[in-house]
Amino acid sequence: MVNKIWLGMLLIGFGFAAYKGDINLVTKAAFEGAETGVTVCFGLISVLVFWMGIMRLAEDAGLVAKISKLMGPVVRFLFPDVPKNDPAMGYILSNMSANLLGLGNAATPMGIRAMQELQRLNPDKTSASPAMCTLLALNTASITLIPTTLIAIRNTYHSANPAEIVGSTLLATAIATLAAVFADRWYRRRTPYPPVPPAGAANSAPPPATRSASAGWGEGT
Amino acid sequence: MIAFIPLYAFFRKIPVYESFVDGAKDGFSTAIGIIPHLVGMMVAISVFRASGAMDFLIGLAAPLVQWLHIPPEVLPLGILRPLTGTGSLAFTTDLIKTYGPDSMIGRIASTIQGSTDTTLYVLTVYFGAVGIRNGRYALKVGLFSDLVGFAAAIFICLLLFG
Repeated sequence: MVNKIWLGMLLIGFGFAAYKGDINLVTKAAFEGAETGVTVCFGLISVLVFWMGIMRLAEDAGLVAKISKLMGPVVRFLFPDVPKNDPAMGYILSNMSANLLGLGNAATPMGIRAMQELQRLNPDKTSASPAMCTLLALNTASITLIPTTLIAIRNTYHSANPAEIVGSTLLATAIATLAAVFADRWYRRRTPYPPVPPAGAANSAPPPATRSASAGWGEGT
Repeated sequence: MIAFIPLYAFFRKIPVYESFVDGAKDGFSTAIGIIPHLVGMMVAISVFRASGAMDFLIGLAAPLVQWLHIPPEVLPLGILRPLTGTGSLAFTTDLIKTYGPDSMIGRIASTIQGSTDTTLYVLTVYFGAVGIRNGRYALKVGLFSDLVGFAAAIFICLLLFG
């Protein structure tokens, strides 16, 4: 998908430039784009290094665990079919806490661990269980307290108030999360579980390898 | 927060400096790691924009979104955001650079980029890790919440900063 969009943008841009009769435009724009990419990344280094250091402190000091404890009742409501003292619960909680704190890099491994535990409980190993769908929904819409990267970029471009988007981001993510939870519940009621496996399900295709980072840097920032 | 977290960690007898540096290393590798992604996407966006193709597409959608008071420039972001984290980050950066971080477009783009996650990436990584091939309704829920987040971001920005 991303491959097609990327190639499409380049080709369409090339086509438009050719139509205008100014093909040099493409070369010039390409180098400008590359330069901007590198400049932005260097601007990000200071902020990312600082905040990820602070966030690691929060994690090591047990603040993440503390938030997990506070969220216990919410999580039991969201995942009614996970046994109360199952290890899956612990990983789900740490995943959600890390997301809340904007610890994208810490949230992903914990989310994967949670998925593995849910897979252990899952009777149909090739189809997602309702709990897995809920976990995914929460992760795609995760509430964000501090959008670090964006504040850094706004700072790079001399915003008068780089952090003014904290409030709007928090509100927007809260609404998106509510929508995700409601949609998840709605589908969960309407979808019978366990689903009837399709007739040809027995053919043993090789399990898909973990296709990491190729789609980009998609943590909860 | 900058004072509280280290102090709290200190009283919990955490080696604060070591712990900070350890986490900070991750920040460095993250920033370096996104360079290729950002350069790749920036090149494509830059070509797309400079050639006039972007203006052409925006022109097509403009009447509808203007009626809704949405700046048409942020529309491509709504499509890009669930697909690629770095791609949309590049697009957001481009918008902030072009229109300024404190313009309405800059604020809306910042909020959209800060909200919602790269649904397809999360889906691929999480389900891929445990070998789930049938995600059932997870993608629909993810994309629906992306759409809600996108609309909410625009609405809230217009309300807060308008």
